[in-house]
Amino acid sequence: MKHLRPLNRKAHRIDQFAAAKQADVVGLQEKRVNPAKLPHIPAGCSIAFFPGWEVDSSGGVAGLCQPMERDLYDCFADCFWPAQVPDHMNNYSDWAKKCAAATQDWRNLDVVFP
Amino acid sequence: MSAATIAPFRAGEFHLFTARGRDFVYLVPSGGIFELTPAARQILDFAQRTDADSEDLIAHLANVGFAELEIEETVTDLIDAGALLAPGTAPEPRIDPPKNFPLQTLVLNLTNQCNLSCKYCYEYGDDKVATPEGKPKFMDTETSRAAIDFYFAESQGTKALHVTFFGGETLMNFPLLKEVVDYATNKAKSEGRFIDFSLTTNATLLTPAIIDFLAANRIGVTVSIDGPPEMNALRVYQNGRGSYDIIAPKIKLLLEKHKTRPIAARVTLTADVTDVLKIFRHLTQDMGFQEVGFAPVTTSENRLYAIGGSKMDSVLEQFKLLAQEYLDAAVEGRHHAFSNVTDTLSELYNGVNKSHPCGAGLGLAAVGPSGDISPCHRFVDSDTHSLGHISTGIDRAKQDDFLHRGHINQKYDCHTCWARPLCAGGCHHEAYVRYGDTGHPNLHYCDWIRDWTDTCLSVFGAISTHNPVFLEKFEKR
Repeated sequence: MKHLRPLNRKAHRIDQFAAAKQADVVGLQEKRVNPAKLPHIPAGCSIAFFPGWEVDSSGGVAGLCQPMERDLYDCFADCFWPAQVPDHMNNYSDWAKKCAAATQDWRNLDVVFP
Repeated sequence: MSAATIAPFRAGEFHLFTARGRDFVYLVPSGGIFELTPAARQILDFAQRTDADSEDLIAHLANVGFAELEIEETVTDLIDAGALLAPGTAPEPRIDPPKNFPLQTLVLNLTNQCNLSCKYCYEYGDDKVATPEGKPKFMDTETSRAAIDFYFAESQGTKALHVTFFGGETLMNFPLLKEVVDYATNKAKSEGRFIDFSLTTNATLLTPAIIDFLAANRIGVTVSIDGPPEMNALRVYQNGRGSYDIIAPKIKLLLEKHKTRPIAARVTLTADVTDVLKIFRHLTQDMGFQEVGFAPVTTSENRLYAIGGSKMDSVLEQFKLLAQEYLDAAVEGRHHAFSNVTDTLSELYNGVNKSHPCGAGLGLAAVGPSGDISPCHRFVDSDTHSLGHISTGIDRAKQDDFLHRGHINQKYDCHTCWARPLCAGGCHHEAYVRYGDTGHPNLHYCDWIRDWTDTCLSVFGAISTHNPVFLEKFEKR
């Protein structure tokens, strides 16, 4: 608020609430900072360039610039997102053993039968 | 830009105040406090005195030199803060405290006996609510342990526990006090919780050994005393002998030896005891108390010692002088002993918005010598106000009734008052003595409370401008 200066704890909470109404939704927004001065960095796997859960221009997955299994592998290896991939922590730690480079070896990622 | 870009609004509830040339607003019911720019102050002034629309506002403010953009932004800020209301803003819904609210504080009335016979006593005086007939006069070990066990069970989820010893005269049952401190401390330790103790006493029975015990166990002490000797005419023994000469040397010793907690004096103002400044100087400068708090006697209107309106006006004027002194000290970062200001500043800093005037029957309960539970120490031993017994727990139906009647939304007279977030209608006991209903607003004090709250707001505004660091200590209270 530009024209009111919060002085007590309740006023600070009101001020934060008002600021949150104005601000864009920004990942990891915890402290009140001027959103205009922040780069917009969303959290999660889309921080890097992966094609994501997409379809190609025909509505299928064959024409994606990377094979869709690349996404599966990414979820398996380094992402918290609970995608439908084998659980590498406890049960299928070897699932990606034969896939050293996903762009070349993705065919080695196979289904599992629990 | 046209007036259409300014959001339509009407005035919300707020109280404007100034301190050392600056403008502030106290918001109702949120309890938020903001400093205002000149434009914001003008807009709130305008909104308060007229129901004119935004075009009128722009014309009015443009006349005195404000830019339209500034007006527009300020109106948005004021709507966000709740000082102005957008059309269709719904009234605040009634918020009841959660069911089975955990106890934060237990008052343990170790005895209902007293060695003094103060004329104005709420427990034995003309307006007493207690019905002690046939009940034990002194609490026994078994009851005190059951009370502590009850308190621990009813305060689940709270880390810090507070037990306050009360009477009658608390120190008439000092052996039990020692036992309780020992028992409760061990119990807290075994549960990984923190506990502290305090007591209120008339100081007549203090001895060096008792003082050592209080200091060693960091027990907070509040002494009931009404000022210099001549002001204590109502604080007498049964035979009419005054108590001041007995207690003065004992208080001196207490203040010399007990350094682990600040020692407070608690003054009851009555018809002939209204010289607040003289009392304050005596208790702080002559005696050395670190905290002094004042409250007018609770009594029905027609008692000889009741304080009339004009005397309360004089009390208020003297309170204001002390508040000014408090402000000067706070700006320089010094402590000031006038605890009526300290307590209000703490509530203002935290922005309280009370559903009930105090914690009685909610986070606070008192247990009397018989094991009866009451909303606070002032209702101990009163059959009418009992909220159950420690053997059977809190009677939830009685508690609900007490809290329902005491809720601010039940007090229609309070609905348009800007001081209600802090006052919430005033003391339940005062209400019962005056009006026969614990849920009745203390209407005889309304103007007084508003004036005093405004004074404390000004002190708060000035401190927050000149020495805001001083207010940080209230973070922990």
